Amino acid sequence: MRSVEEIREISTRIKRDVIQLTSSNTGHPGGALGAADIIAELYFNRMNHDPKNPNREDRDRFVLSNGHICAALYSAMARSGYFELDELYTFRKINSRLQGHPSRKDLPGIETSSGPLGQGLSVANGIALANRLKGIDARIYCLVGDGEIQEGQIWEAVMTSAHYKLDRLALIISWNDIQIDGNVKDVMNIEPIADKFKAFGWNTIEIDGHDLHQIRAAFDAFEQHRGSPTAIIARTVIGKGVSFMENKAIWHGKAPSAEEAKKALEEIGPSQFGEDLNC
Amino acid sequence: MGMSGRDGFGRALLELGQENERVVALCADLTESVRVQDFAEKYPERFFQIGIAEQDMIGTAAGMALAGYIPFATTYAVFAAQRANEQIRLAACYNQANVKIVVSHAGLTCGEDGATHQALEDIASMRVMPHMTVIVPADANEAYEATKAIAEMEGPAYLRVGRTPVANVTEGKGKFEIGKARKMRDGKDVTLIACGIMVEMALKASEMLAEEGIEAAVINMHTIKPLDEETIIKQAKETGCIVTAEEHSIIGGLGGAVAEVVAEHQPVPVIRVGTKDTFGESGPPEELLQKYGLTALDIVKAAKKAVDLKKQ
Repeated sequence: MRSVEEIREISTRIKRDVIQLTSSNTGHPGGALGAADIIAELYFNRMNHDPKNPNREDRDRFVLSNGHICAALYSAMARSGYFELDELYTFRKINSRLQGHPSRKDLPGIETSSGPLGQGLSVANGIALANRLKGIDARIYCLVGDGEIQEGQIWEAVMTSAHYKLDRLALIISWNDIQIDGNVKDVMNIEPIADKFKAFGWNTIEIDGHDLHQIRAAFDAFEQHRGSPTAIIARTVIGKGVSFMENKAIWHGKAPSAEEAKKALEEIGPSQFGEDLNC
Repeated sequence: MGMSGRDGFGRALLELGQENERVVALCADLTESVRVQDFAEKYPERFFQIGIAEQDMIGTAAGMALAGYIPFATTYAVFAAQRANEQIRLAACYNQANVKIVVSHAGLTCGEDGATHQALEDIASMRVMPHMTVIVPADANEAYEATKAIAEMEGPAYLRVGRTPVANVTEGKGKFEIGKARKMRDGKDVTLIACGIMVEMALKASEMLAEEGIEAAVINMHTIKPLDEETIIKQAKETGCIVTAEEHSIIGGLGGAVAEVVAEHQPVPVIRVGTKDTFGESGPPEELLQKYGLTALDIVKAAKKAVDLKKQ
């Protein structure tokens, strides 16, 4: 068990990696920064997983549905030992296992390929049903973006999770109110989110997605809950920790310039966990 | 008349339930219609009703496959290959998940339900998917064999079984093997390459042609992908012209696939029998097949044309 302070250092490390990787290799920095705190808690404190044995049958699984934020996931995977740090430099380059959107077949530890939005929860449901059939009591954490829940398939899957009472499954909604074309509520309103999930028969928990204590408490509550799936509605900020990126839709898919990256790293600050990448 | 392709599938699935406990089945509110009912009743813990949500069904099946099961996801062709096309692409094919997609009610013989339900484009959209295996069995016996075969292979597969009863044409014609065409009849003048219900039509056509002194070879190309290129090239060499026949558009399906191989390796005339870039409509299956040019007589006409082209 790691302390909240340790997880904060790890989250800072992931954010620094995201800036360095997207600046040098292109990619989607905004949502990756916004999900770093949640991913840090999952990979370094919460999940029962074995980076050296990524296919272990009884592992907890993280299903990234909004695949575009994979820079944060690759960072967490490298920093927790799934592959060497040097491989991060291949992100989005030709012949790389670190595809621009995750490829399950290329990189062990990726639970499903993703990128086209709205598909992860269905896959997570399938894994949860399979685990139940096998008698494996593992947890499944599925992360979606908020704009992503505009996809119809999400609501098909939301019904399936509840119908089969998949209480080992948590859906984390990173609610930053930003999508490519602007504010989510302006593009296509998804609110009220919690009421929708409640109406569909889910256990709902609303948190500040950057408060590590709240993140931890939410996962604790999920682990205790029985009889229905849990939706953790996490208020997040796109570009978290970088003033000029925060709440700006442009940073969904724009790589920071060298100058911008330098400024971003200054704002994010140093991390006590691991070393900076050399890029 | 024998049984339908879907009957053969249902029987095989039920046996697979006994033979392999990794086999599970999913359905989108068409359990009886796609013949999953018997499996669902005998193995309720391994049957998953997903409701009218085919995109979710494919994703759920992929998740189960990634966790070690062999899921059979079942619905009608339009709702899988077409509605859930991108789910099949990402969750099944790009993941190389061991998902078996079994569809019925493809083609004109879907009948009175009309064009909305008559998938005539699904073979094209499935065979273009990397890693996908595509099989269109000729009868109940072959549907049974194909079901067993796709459970044994690793990776995504699309099995298109018929709705209407058809004559048993494959029994006693050797062992079914994915990717290996079945030669149903020898002939030196023209090769008829068919899949699905058109295999029976091609056999009928070959008899009609024989009466006019044209000896047609008949190939049952049950596997559209991986395609048995060797047999196609060999037949093109031996008979010098080819007719394809499928209950599908002439664009991109069996005819398209055969024409690609012939054009690259052994250019000879190829005439494609199938629907001509059109939707179907409501009507009795037999009348629809006539109206849209999918009868034995249509194959005979195409064969004569192919033979003429060869002589030119």
